[in-house]
Amino acid sequence: MNFYGIRAIYRFEMARTFRTLLESVAAPVLTTSLYFIVFGKAIGSRMGDIDSIGYGSFIIPGLVMLSLLNESISNASFGIYMPKWAGTIYELLSAPVSWIEVLLGYVGAAATKSVMLGLLILATARFFVPYQIAHPLWMMGFLLLTAVTFSLFGFIIGLWADSFQKLQVIPMLIVTPLTFLGGAFYSINMLPPVWQKISLFNPVVYLISAFRWSFYGVADVDVVMSIAMTFGFLIVCLTFVWWVFKSGYKIRR
Amino acid sequence: MNTLPKASLSADNAAPIMSVRGLNKTYAGGFQALKNINLDIRRGEIFALLGPNGAGKTTLISIICGIVNAGSGTIIADGHDITRDYRMARAAIGLVPQELHTDAFESVWATVTFSRGLFGKAPNPAYLEKVLRDLSLWDKRKSKIMTLSGGMKRRVLIAKALSHQPTILFLDEPSAGVDVELRRDMWLMVRELRAQGTTIILTTHYIEEAEQMADRIGIISKGELILVEDKKVLMRKLGKKQLTLTLRQPLINIPADLNAWSLELADNGQALVYSFDTQKDETGIAELMLALAEHGIEFKDLRSRESSLEDIFVSLVHQPKETAA
Repeated sequence: MNFYGIRAIYRFEMARTFRTLLESVAAPVLTTSLYFIVFGKAIGSRMGDIDSIGYGSFIIPGLVMLSLLNESISNASFGIYMPKWAGTIYELLSAPVSWIEVLLGYVGAAATKSVMLGLLILATARFFVPYQIAHPLWMMGFLLLTAVTFSLFGFIIGLWADSFQKLQVIPMLIVTPLTFLGGAFYSINMLPPVWQKISLFNPVVYLISAFRWSFYGVADVDVVMSIAMTFGFLIVCLTFVWWVFKSGYKIRR
Repeated sequence: MNTLPKASLSADNAAPIMSVRGLNKTYAGGFQALKNINLDIRRGEIFALLGPNGAGKTTLISIICGIVNAGSGTIIADGHDITRDYRMARAAIGLVPQELHTDAFESVWATVTFSRGLFGKAPNPAYLEKVLRDLSLWDKRKSKIMTLSGGMKRRVLIAKALSHQPTILFLDEPSAGVDVELRRDMWLMVRELRAQGTTIILTTHYIEEAEQMADRIGIISKGELILVEDKKVLMRKLGKKQLTLTLRQPLINIPADLNAWSLELADNGQALVYSFDTQKDETGIAELMLALAEHGIEFKDLRSRESSLEDIFVSLVHQPKETAA
């Protein structure tokens, strides 16, 4: 195992975050705070409880998950796309590092940043709405698992993209709609039965449901099913990245 | 400069440090970039790979370094198969790419530290300091790469390639776009690296540099390695000398009696050019002078010129394959 290689990639990526604190941290925290103010305080105060949870508190797990997904994808996709774009990927390809080591460096750094941001947003939420964390260890576990899985997904997008526009397409056109329709602002039990069934095809439903369970002990879908679905997605992403490095698709001619 | 550990000068030197066997590469579009390349690189030599644009030089280097997948064939670098034992093989290789690909927002120090770590080496600030000092980059270590000149960026790429102490260094067109002074410094550094035991494989468009620097020359054309030869042997075998006589009176035709010398008229008949083989015992110059005098052909000046590596290169890449081989 090339531990020095993993550390070099990890530190390089983390250094990029600290170099761009305003864009990497301040912007998503501010955006999510606006959600807390608008939906949590202003509109939420006029809405009824969901599953006996105040609306402002109810949306916190979903909003944290929304930021976590976007940041995980964005950090990891940008992390691997930049060397491709700048041409510096030659060094990565010619280095004695395996695909697993490359992943540990890039995805590890992207997930670290996302988890840090998720926790920061959670701390910020305390200023606007009350909430509790019934299962803190599970909460951290879900945060970590989701960050890793979606950083991996972001890494795939970065490998696939050959322009900055493509880098934005999947997060904007697929991930954000899925997150909004994944129960971030409502319980899927509030939907008509047909839409409840359709929602079960949305992977984000499982992430938000399990994450909300770790806060309030209530979930739209079974927690075990949520964990299984997330791990399933993780394995699919891992297999794809393994294939990319083996075949050289989009990275080695 | 003393940046690299001295390589063993034992019997190992006889064995090639790199062997390429039956290497082929066809790109997705169907373009065959390399055709059955077989090449041995000797330990500690400077090997110059010459060829016109698109000949396959960069493809060959990129496959050896792991940037491009090979179609077929095997490559052994420092005793390790580059596919099966890629970690050991790649750890032995340093690459200075043709293009100035750099991390624009990083500092010089951060980027060389990154490179060393990426290649699996423990941190060694003293060594990296030495590399940067040797390349006159130490004063710029805190500067962002984007603020450096093209020449300085080229030095940064060399520093990155040397950061993990490779035994084989690839320099792909290293002097492209750099000023005369930097080019001179760079070639001085290359000589010093070689003196310390590093094997250097370079491609260059400046053939006179290959003539000055290389121990051996490989010429690649249209994906085929058409010649690999010791530089001195190559110059001796394929080099020709030309004697140019500037005539007092221009000639319209060369007299038939002089056909034995294969003379050519130049400068609208003002000059007579005689090409001869330096390897032959008899150059035929004395006989030619007598023959010219017999025909009353007088000359006011004469000069001789030996073919350069460039002349040899041009003649090789423009002649049919079977003749070149």
